[in-house]
Amino acid sequence: MSMFEQLTNRERVFEFLAPEASPVDVRHGPILYLEDVNVSFDGFKAINNLNLTIDDGELRCIIGPNGAGKTTMMDIITGKTRPDTGSVWFGSRHNLLTKSEPDIASLGIGRKFQKPTVFEALTVFENLELAMATDKRILPTLTAIMKPEFRDRIDEVLEMIGLKQLRDKPAGILSHGQKQWLEIGMLLMQKPRLLLVDEPVAGMTEQEMERTAELLTSLAGKQSVVVVEHDMGFVRSIARQVTVLHQGSVLAEGTMDQVSNDPEVIKVYLGEEA
Amino acid sequence: MPTSQTWLLRPLQERSTQIFLGVLFAAVALVTLLHLIMPEGHALHVSAYTVTLLGKYLCYALLAVAVDLVWGYLGILSLGHGAFFAIGGYAMGMYLMRQIGDRGVYGDPVLPDFMVFLNWDSLPWYWQGFDMAWFAFIMVLLAPGLLALVFGFLAFRSRVTGVYLSIITQALTFALMLAFFRNEMGFGGNNGLTDFRDILGFNLRTDSTRLGLFIATGIALAIGYVICRGIVTSKLGRVSVACRDAEARTRFLGYRVERVQLFVFVVSAMLAGVAGALYVPQVGIINPSEFSPLFSIEVVVWVALGGRATLYGAVIGAILVNYAKTVFTGVMPDAWLFALGGLFVLVTVFLPKGIAGLLQKRQKPDEDSNADPSKPKPQEATA
Repeated sequence: MSMFEQLTNRERVFEFLAPEASPVDVRHGPILYLEDVNVSFDGFKAINNLNLTIDDGELRCIIGPNGAGKTTMMDIITGKTRPDTGSVWFGSRHNLLTKSEPDIASLGIGRKFQKPTVFEALTVFENLELAMATDKRILPTLTAIMKPEFRDRIDEVLEMIGLKQLRDKPAGILSHGQKQWLEIGMLLMQKPRLLLVDEPVAGMTEQEMERTAELLTSLAGKQSVVVVEHDMGFVRSIARQVTVLHQGSVLAEGTMDQVSNDPEVIKVYLGEEA
Repeated sequence: MPTSQTWLLRPLQERSTQIFLGVLFAAVALVTLLHLIMPEGHALHVSAYTVTLLGKYLCYALLAVAVDLVWGYLGILSLGHGAFFAIGGYAMGMYLMRQIGDRGVYGDPVLPDFMVFLNWDSLPWYWQGFDMAWFAFIMVLLAPGLLALVFGFLAFRSRVTGVYLSIITQALTFALMLAFFRNEMGFGGNNGLTDFRDILGFNLRTDSTRLGLFIATGIALAIGYVICRGIVTSKLGRVSVACRDAEARTRFLGYRVERVQLFVFVVSAMLAGVAGALYVPQVGIINPSEFSPLFSIEVVVWVALGGRATLYGAVIGAILVNYAKTVFTGVMPDAWLFALGGLFVLVTVFLPKGIAGLLQKRQKPDEDSNADPSKPKPQEATA
């Protein structure tokens, strides 16, 4: 009888009937959820039983020595690398392991690469235009027109990343720091729910670093941001919550102070430097 | 910045396209007038032979535009575009063969001469329908398009790019050449298809038909150019450039790179097919040598000489190189390949952006200084 009631309950939406592009479900808190993830490359365990939870709107820093698996972790989340075992969920609805890279991008996960990659032959404006969250299929792209609201949105982001003066210059002439900001701007155009930022301040000057810190902290709350970074000073200046990775799994988690006083962490970091 | 909303009309508002179309139409009109008005023997008279020769150059120019679309804007160096050109040519050739009817040497009302010669008693299934012009003209687009679709689908899905893709395209055209050499394929073996008589009821051997074909080729080149320009000035064109320069990044932005590549590749193959179809009635023959890898490589050289990622550069390159070839092979045929090779080396060293780069430098020296010559910057793609 109860089963009959369940089946005839008109308010119930069956899982398989829910639309594929349904919004990310964050009612349970986490926007990103990795559980028992394992990856090995030719026998080398790059990721080893990794468990990680990112809450909606959080700004999380991930640190760790070289080879700790930071970039591999990013690759898994964005669908570039498939783990051997484990599960990766975006919100509580989307299983990322079943999705392709473009699908994951259109679900709302944006990624900034370690090395700034912008389209050097295109102008700063065009770089942002391509990143805009629109229909990315072939024919809509061919017939796409530049609507005033798109232009406004691009100008808004240009303002945010401080590249308004360079709007119509080819991105190839930008300085290293400017390219990094442009790339963050491209991520913002996608209106992502989750931003993955890989070493944003590598090779930046002091002032550029400060600007980047401002930019990233202003994003948190609206978006969830995960920053992978080597530079401890920079991490200290933006981090609320820090995760330390070591040999493919989480070594410690907490505020910057908690983490930097953790004996295990000190051992790993000092051991590396010694 | 042009503001037209339709991708196909946008290039018409653009200055470079207007100049290109103006020059093209003026040249076609001038040749037509000089051919018709000037009496034969006059110094300014353009002979029917020259008209057909120029028509051939325009076919090559359309092929070069097709190659530039995939190479210049998408970064796919196709060394097998001759295959699409030849297949379009064969589709047209099959139509022209069926038009011969019972005027062939053996006088068979249906079977082309070579089939009678091989003792075939009926028309193979793939020759059906080619007696109808509309069917043949659709096949001119469809056959190369379909080959490009299947080939591109397999290659791009497996993320084959760069040198590997170039080698595979080269293998594709070589394999097709070997296949078409076989008599059992039913395409006339190494003799190919020839001895054509009529096209759409007009006698191919009259001067007026030749002039008509020349004008038709000029129009086809104009349309092909506008289509390509429409694509490269659209957002899809900018996505193509993005795929060319940073494929992984484009994928993370949410574009399906393999579909962008497939779409542009298929459009390019169809344009190459049209070029081949217009070429065949003008030269009067199509045989497997059009599939030869050397020809496809030559096309790439035209584009490189003219200037990559400009489209009009491809047209200039194709016409100039083929004019040089006509002159050279007349004067000293053995030296032609050395001359072509030398020209290629000289242009690569001194004019990395080809002849088009020379034109641009004259126009706007300030903007050119910061462009990286190794990566072609898509001019006017900002529109």
